[in-house]
Amino acid sequence: MKETVNITINGKAYEVQAGQTLMQAADVCGYHIPRLCYHPDLSIEGACRVCIVEVAGMKNYVASCAYPVTEGMVVTTNSTAIRRARRDIVELLVDNHPQDCHTCERDSNCELQRLAFAMGIRKRHFEGERKTFEQDLSSPSVVRDPEKCILCGRCVRMCEEIQGIHALGYANRGFNTVVMPAYNMPFGESVCSQCGQCINVCPTAAFTEHNDTQALFETLNDPALIKVVHIAPAVRAAIGESFGLEPGQNMEHQTAAALRRLGFDYVFDTQFAADLTIMEEGSEFLERLQGRGKLPMITSCCPGWINALETFHPDFMDHVSSCKSPMSMMSNVIKTHFAEKADIDPARLFVVSVMPCTAKKSEAVRPEHTLHGRRSTDLVITTRELAWMIKSAGIDFIHLEGEPFDKPLGLSSGAAPIFGVTGGVMEAAVRTAYELYTGETLIDIELEAIRGFKGIKEASLNIDGITVNVAVAHGLGNGARLLDILRKAPDRYHFVEIMACPGGCVGGGGQPYPTVNSIPLDEGCLQQRADALYGMDRGNTIRRSHDNPEVQRLYKECLGRPLGEKSHELLHTRYAQKSPQGIVSRKLTQ
Amino acid sequence: MLTKDDPKLDQLKQTIDQVMQKPYSDSYLIAVLHKTQALYGYLPEDIINIISVDMNIPTAHIWGVATFYHYFNLTPQGQHRIAICLGTACYVKGAAQIVETLKQQLKIDMGQTTADGLFTLRPARCLGACGLAPVVMIDDTIHGELTPKKMSDIVNKHRRQAKKK
Ligand code: FES
Ligand code: FES
Repeated sequence: MKETVNITINGKAYEVQAGQTLMQAADVCGYHIPRLCYHPDLSIEGACRVCIVEVAGMKNYVASCAYPVTEGMVVTTNSTAIRRARRDIVELLVDNHPQDCHTCERDSNCELQRLAFAMGIRKRHFEGERKTFEQDLSSPSVVRDPEKCILCGRCVRMCEEIQGIHALGYANRGFNTVVMPAYNMPFGESVCSQCGQCINVCPTAAFTEHNDTQALFETLNDPALIKVVHIAPAVRAAIGESFGLEPGQNMEHQTAAALRRLGFDYVFDTQFAADLTIMEEGSEFLERLQGRGKLPMITSCCPGWINALETFHPDFMDHVSSCKSPMSMMSNVIKTHFAEKADIDPARLFVVSVMPCTAKKSEAVRPEHTLHGRRSTDLVITTRELAWMIKSAGIDFIHLEGEPFDKPLGLSSGAAPIFGVTGGVMEAAVRTAYELYTGETLIDIELEAIRGFKGIKEASLNIDGITVNVAVAHGLGNGARLLDILRKAPDRYHFVEIMACPGGCVGGGGQPYPTVNSIPLDEGCLQQRADALYGMDRGNTIRRSHDNPEVQRLYKECLGRPLGEKSHELLHTRYAQKSPQGIVSRKLTQ
Repeated sequence: MLTKDDPKLDQLKQTIDQVMQKPYSDSYLIAVLHKTQALYGYLPEDIINIISVDMNIPTAHIWGVATFYHYFNLTPQGQHRIAICLGTACYVKGAAQIVETLKQQLKIDMGQTTADGLFTLRPARCLGACGLAPVVMIDDTIHGELTPKKMSDIVNKHRRQAKKK
């Protein structure tokens, strides 16, 4: 086969790679053909027809996202006729869409809005029947609003092909087609894992997070409460994007400053609890390695994964670490140890966590995460929600003088920030487990083999003569594949990390929407966010969780030892099978 | 409702077992749904859940297929299925009045089932009996040249028969 083909785009000759689609070729040649249903990580649906172009000799316009380039092809992307046709297509979408941009969650951040503007739609020509639906508010994490849906199907393919969950499908047909869970059941009761990737890929506001900002603003004005907040690693690496910064800036100190200005009394760092998690999880792993408990052990930090475990993979429940997530550990430590030390009645504490994640909202309402009859994390907001609150409160985020986190729960090691990227928990755990087991210092602490965005990553390490095989998967689809490997070869790995979102938390369902010139889950953007986290690790003088002096002090003053009685009470949990049982989609892209 | 020893379910499971032996077993989903409807009269949710697990197909996908085809019933059907023809010939000959009669007498809308579970009312497009317009088909029998009076007599007759049994 020839490597390249010659084509003409808008009267100019180009030599492009063979085997591409017209859209890909045009991208390379500097023509950005408008598009909607297309996403490079998903299968090609060719549903929206926004990407049509004229190809000489073809009777009809062709969808460039689905059409391969061939030798001698003559393409027009911008003739008056094609512009009009494209505009009509978008106009028809807009006309079956609510006219409520200025009160919409995604105002100024909506692909449909941008597209309509770019197509030059300045008035409505068609006033026909419009679909009307109620919002589905049944899930604590993800709100479904079919009225805003334009049936591009990106959420359906994301859920099916990348996550393997297939909680969403098309129901009915023609004008009545709706994206919905099976039986049109409440979304919160479906097999959905609450990962929020549908939100990330949705071009409109058909999927959004369950918005808790108003509730939080009200609480922040309640003088009777003491407001405490802690933020997850991946938040600081992405929040700058909401304020127009390049991806990959570490904004932790500006975020701390902004949170104080929003009215929080204490600003802590979830990373402290990441170190704490490693102490517990590393110790648990060593227990299991010595025959006490099942191997491989699988990580438990990620609530999207835990939801998928209970719905899709209950056969692995005994393998999953009993450790609570850093979020829940942190909130428990705040409401017990910190409250005691600071002499605060825990009933007056209102603990908020800022997470890159929608599933954390569902974790926070699980009945096992309660303390004295109240939720241990009172409220969870996403990176997006925090960014909006900062803007809404008129805080000049970009120009804020950075401020440190509060003591003592604001200190963390370099092993903590990397929790926010796929492979990071494993890397952090290995650093500590190695030393706890051998009593020696691990020299080569950066585990290159489990970094990066390959779907499933593997490594083998030598811990005092024992070969320990580890594996890491990100995206629930890759997670399901990895579990399938384990079903066939149960002894293949000793330790497994699974994160629900592509790239890990940096690609979480609560992270900022892409800006004008980027696409959701762009790998370059995820990499920049990850680099920011690795940079924090490298820049820290303490790089192992067990060297965090505040963690050591917590054990001394309160917990005793890892896996001790107090730890079990505050830091460990259990899982239960859920119904209906989920069936992993076989459309997982390979 | 689903009970442990449901002979219908045994039959269905047999069908599923058979198709699972074949290559591309997914492609037999529609056949399995047909079988389900033949057995239960509609596609019960807990049966779809069983099909999902046994055929290894996500429920959202099955639901998509089930809602795409009008043939599949998603709610329990009445003992008698009344299909009222809304085709052109019947319409011209007064199908609208027959619809009204039925709706009032049965106290249900199109697509619904009476509270006593006796009748389900559905629209149909040309039953191929235009010469007899307007017509309804009750179960497998055509009733033609209907008037509102004739229609309500037929309904009453079915009711009387049901009582006798
Ligand atoms: S982007 Fe090509 S058809 Fe939708
Ligand atoms: S139109 Fe009713 S039978 Fe043909």
